[in-house]
Amino acid sequence: MSKKIQAVLLSGIAAVLLTGCATSGNPKDPIEGFNRAMYGFNEAIDTAILKPVAKGYDAVLPTPVRTGVTNFFGNIADFFIGVNNLLQGKPAEAVSDLGRVLINSTIGLLGVIDWASDMGLEKHDEDFGQTFGRWGVGDGAYVVLPFFGPRTVRDTVGLVLDVKTDPVGQIDHIPTRNTLMALRIIDNRADLLPADKVIEEAALDKYAYIRDGYLARRRSLIYDGNPPREEAN
Amino acid sequence: MKHWLNLLAALFFTASVAAADLPPDQLVKDVTNEVLDIVRQDKDIQSGNTKKTLALVETKVLPHFNFTRMTQLALGKEARKASPEQLAALTEEFRTLLVRTYSKALTEYRDQQIVFKPTKIEAGATDVKVRTEIKQSGGKPISLDYYLEKQPAGWKVYDVEVGGVSLVTNYRASFAQEIQAGGIDGLIKSLQAKNKSGEAAKSK
Repeated sequence: MSKKIQAVLLSGIAAVLLTGCATSGNPKDPIEGFNRAMYGFNEAIDTAILKPVAKGYDAVLPTPVRTGVTNFFGNIADFFIGVNNLLQGKPAEAVSDLGRVLINSTIGLLGVIDWASDMGLEKHDEDFGQTFGRWGVGDGAYVVLPFFGPRTVRDTVGLVLDVKTDPVGQIDHIPTRNTLMALRIIDNRADLLPADKVIEEAALDKYAYIRDGYLARRRSLIYDGNPPREEAN
Repeated sequence: MKHWLNLLAALFFTASVAAADLPPDQLVKDVTNEVLDIVRQDKDIQSGNTKKTLALVETKVLPHFNFTRMTQLALGKEARKASPEQLAALTEEFRTLLVRTYSKALTEYRDQQIVFKPTKIEAGATDVKVRTEIKQSGGKPISLDYYLEKQPAGWKVYDVEVGGVSLVTNYRASFAQEIQAGGIDGLIKSLQAKNKSGEAAKSK
């Protein structure tokens, strides 16, 4: 580990310890002081390491290659998206997801080409946190996890299952597994670069903007894009 | 030069079609297609020319937005604490912030395809949600929904949701926090500072 990374980690941990108890009384965010500190820690790591790498990756790879990488990992994810759709009582969506895996894994050259979307099988977004939400589990407090970023208590439990069932994590050949995991993290980060700039422009308080955006996004996902409209006041 | 002529021609064209009786889904479709056509052809906007993008948004998009309603929506129940003058100042600053954000998003636009979902509009409806979707290669489609209300001057957008996140109510908690700390005037000052810093970053 380089000196720079160590310094970032240490300053992050120090920040967490120092500001661990401040809070502004938002009911959705009871541990705001801790969360803000952890958010600062994640931001520091992102600025120092992840974002520069993602920018380089985005600049070097031509768009078709980038799309291929995103599709490859998307295809791996589709299987458990299907499983989650099944658990949420949406068999038609589950069949569509498994159809996507079959089509893209074969004629899509191991998922690199997303033929299934062209054939009208739309990609879905599901995970265990959403499944719990669908089952009626409340989201619980907002929490910023180190490295993983924003979650709720419910989504943290979901995340544990997502990680446990992650096909990339099951690969026995350790160098291959680690390379794929790193590539996926960088590719995901690179996909977020445009959104980053917009959030920077929009946010009065970036921490609160991301928190409230995350909570609204999860709510929307659990209702598959059709949440009941919350009261205006 | 040719692009500027196109832009001008398009401006005059919309001014004439921005008729009060255009149905909301058609309005969203027309404005989206027009703006994106311009962005697709304009290398300056694609490379992040803020001035040009702001001008485009100002002339094309803004006339169809109701910023007073948006500001009230973002304030929620805190709106009652503001005097009419404060509300006007807040609306002015919030408008600037939203326009900036929207313009920034436009400069990030590449070749994504926009799908307009069918909208059911009941006869006599005064409040309508128009759904669109951004398709992007290699990613899941992102929903982009517009909420419009019928006004004497035609349909006006009062909320925009990206992937289920409202670009308006997403500010509510931060606004409430600012008001708690420094009152309505504190919030106005914060917004002014934010907008100023955005300008400074741009002129570099």
